[in-house]
Amino acid sequence: MSTIEKVPTPSPRKPWAATPIDRAKTAGILAAAIVVSVIVLALTPLSGKLAFAAVFFVAYLIIDFAVSFAKAGRAAAVDSVFRGLVTTAIAIAVMPIISILVTVWIRGHHGLHWTLFTMDMHSNSFTDPVGQGGLLHAIIGTFLLVIVAMIISVPIGILTALYLTEVRGRFTRPIEFLVQAMSGVPSIVAGLFIYAAILIPFTKTVNGIQGSLALAILMIPTVARTSQEVLKLIPEDLREAGVALGGTQWRSVALVVVPAARSGLITAMILGVARVAGETAPILLLTGGSGTKNFNVFSGSLGSLPNYVWQAFSAGTPESITRAWAGILVLLVIVVILFTAARILGNRKVGKK
Amino acid sequence: MSSTITQTPAAIPPKREITTKPRFSDRVFRGVVTSGGLSSLVILGLILIFLLFNGFSTLKTQGMHFLTSSNWQAVVSDSGQIDPKASHFGIAAMLVGTMLVAVIAVVIGVPISVGAAIYLTFYAPEAIKKIMVSAIDLMAAFPSVLFGLWGFFVLEASGEYWAKLLSKYFSWIPFFKLPAPYVTRSPFIAGLVLAVMIIPIVTSISREIFSQTPLDRMQAAYALGGTRFAMLRAVAFPYARSGIVGGIMLGLGRAMGETVAVYTVLNIVYQVNWHILFSAGGNVASMILLKFGEASPYEIKALMAAGLVLFILTLIVNSLANLIVSRTGKSGR
Repeated sequence: MSTIEKVPTPSPRKPWAATPIDRAKTAGILAAAIVVSVIVLALTPLSGKLAFAAVFFVAYLIIDFAVSFAKAGRAAAVDSVFRGLVTTAIAIAVMPIISILVTVWIRGHHGLHWTLFTMDMHSNSFTDPVGQGGLLHAIIGTFLLVIVAMIISVPIGILTALYLTEVRGRFTRPIEFLVQAMSGVPSIVAGLFIYAAILIPFTKTVNGIQGSLALAILMIPTVARTSQEVLKLIPEDLREAGVALGGTQWRSVALVVVPAARSGLITAMILGVARVAGETAPILLLTGGSGTKNFNVFSGSLGSLPNYVWQAFSAGTPESITRAWAGILVLLVIVVILFTAARILGNRKVGKK
Repeated sequence: MSSTITQTPAAIPPKREITTKPRFSDRVFRGVVTSGGLSSLVILGLILIFLLFNGFSTLKTQGMHFLTSSNWQAVVSDSGQIDPKASHFGIAAMLVGTMLVAVIAVVIGVPISVGAAIYLTFYAPEAIKKIMVSAIDLMAAFPSVLFGLWGFFVLEASGEYWAKLLSKYFSWIPFFKLPAPYVTRSPFIAGLVLAVMIIPIVTSISREIFSQTPLDRMQAAYALGGTRFAMLRAVAFPYARSGIVGGIMLGLGRAMGETVAVYTVLNIVYQVNWHILFSAGGNVASMILLKFGEASPYEIKALMAAGLVLFILTLIVNSLANLIVSRTGKSGR
């Protein structure tokens, strides 16, 4: 009879993880760098936040290099300095995002007002005190522009993606190339194109549908490329199962592949909308910026959020600038909501219903 | 037992035709999808045709001067008509401005983006990585008018300080010379704003390329005793080099076509200006927006020609970039 002795399970070791000594060392270097930069700033004519950041950065790299060099030699020191450099890079890359979000809130929240969502600007000008008039017309306009652009671009974008992943005919490579080229078309060029193709020969005036067409041009590549990525993730087994059951390609795509990719395709759609919701340049050329509510995209000047922001900014008085920031805040909130929705849907497992 | 089966056998289904020929429904499906797929070709072609159609007369009357001169004048003759002989349209200053601003954006934005991509791929803990990637992707969806306003109200203030600093200590470099003490709304500020705007795209492309670095080679480098930097230098950089170049060019293309942000922060002046700290500059896209408001039909034709030049320019840069990106992985050791 042998009893099984209970051996305590050893906790996994992570030799690469930072030890308390390493952490203390990093903290020490940081502290030393701060001390050095404070001293340098006190002794030299340099001053200001920027000077502090610059001196701190240089001091940190030098101290870090010296400590690592003394402890582990040149290779380790270079490695350590490089880590410092890329960490700085990500910090600088994220800084504008924080700065933009904070700025929009600080400057925009004064302009938030109930009337913003219940009134339009038909009897007010941008220079009126904040609280008179609103941007209901602009919200309606942006909504209409984006919906119509979506109706045009989503079928085309998804068909393109289906061609690239399902049909894979002889144009696959050229079309992939062209879709990428199309994603680089400047927005003002899309606006000029619609101006030349529709406004000059036919309508001769501004209206909403022209803006939607220009937005659709900018949206197609985003929708197509995201959908393509999603469709690539659908397992080949599903397609083969569909065909093995006797389905035609049409039926297996329509009844198996597309439903499996549904949430991903919706993500593609939302990302496309987020891409164009704040597009300004083509809107300025094509849709006009009426201050009254207009529900008809086919005729009449159609106000929209980017246009509202632009007009308010151009008016240039403190009231109108506040209006511009409030408009931006509303626009940004819409974009962030769309983006978050796309993220949540996109993170769901592909194929799950 | 003689209960023979007298039932007539159920109708035997006809033999299924075994064929590789697609059914009718599939032919329709393929036709529809192919025509949808060709739409990008059609749209790009139509853009080219319509801009050429509208801009052709200007290009014909101005000839090469359209690209080499910096004169933009629509002269109205006595009869109230535009005089095509006396009118001059040239976009040289704006072309120079476009390149200048875009290059500043790339010079500032690319090291930051590539560094950030390296951090996110090789250094970042999983949790931080997720948040930062989301934040940077979100920035790609910010409207350009927002970047414009932010640049105008926030970046301008600190940018002015940096510009003065640069002109004080580096004025011996021709680019940093100041012909007159005006540093606001300069190409430098516009370049800074564009640098921020291209960070998301360059970062995400670089990140994608770095994340494809072959794992076996990375592990081989570590197994030989390399530090992380040694691994990056020996494996990741050679592998990713061409892809990063492509990403940089995509950023350049983006920066060249930006309209509203540049219009907002830059003082658009119709002269060739190489002094990046001086308050004068422009780019083709923002010039189109500026002139469009009060343009006569004749001048609009000239703007269409400018749009055509911009379209072709960005198309070339983007196509080259995409070619280079798609060839990544074939280089390297």
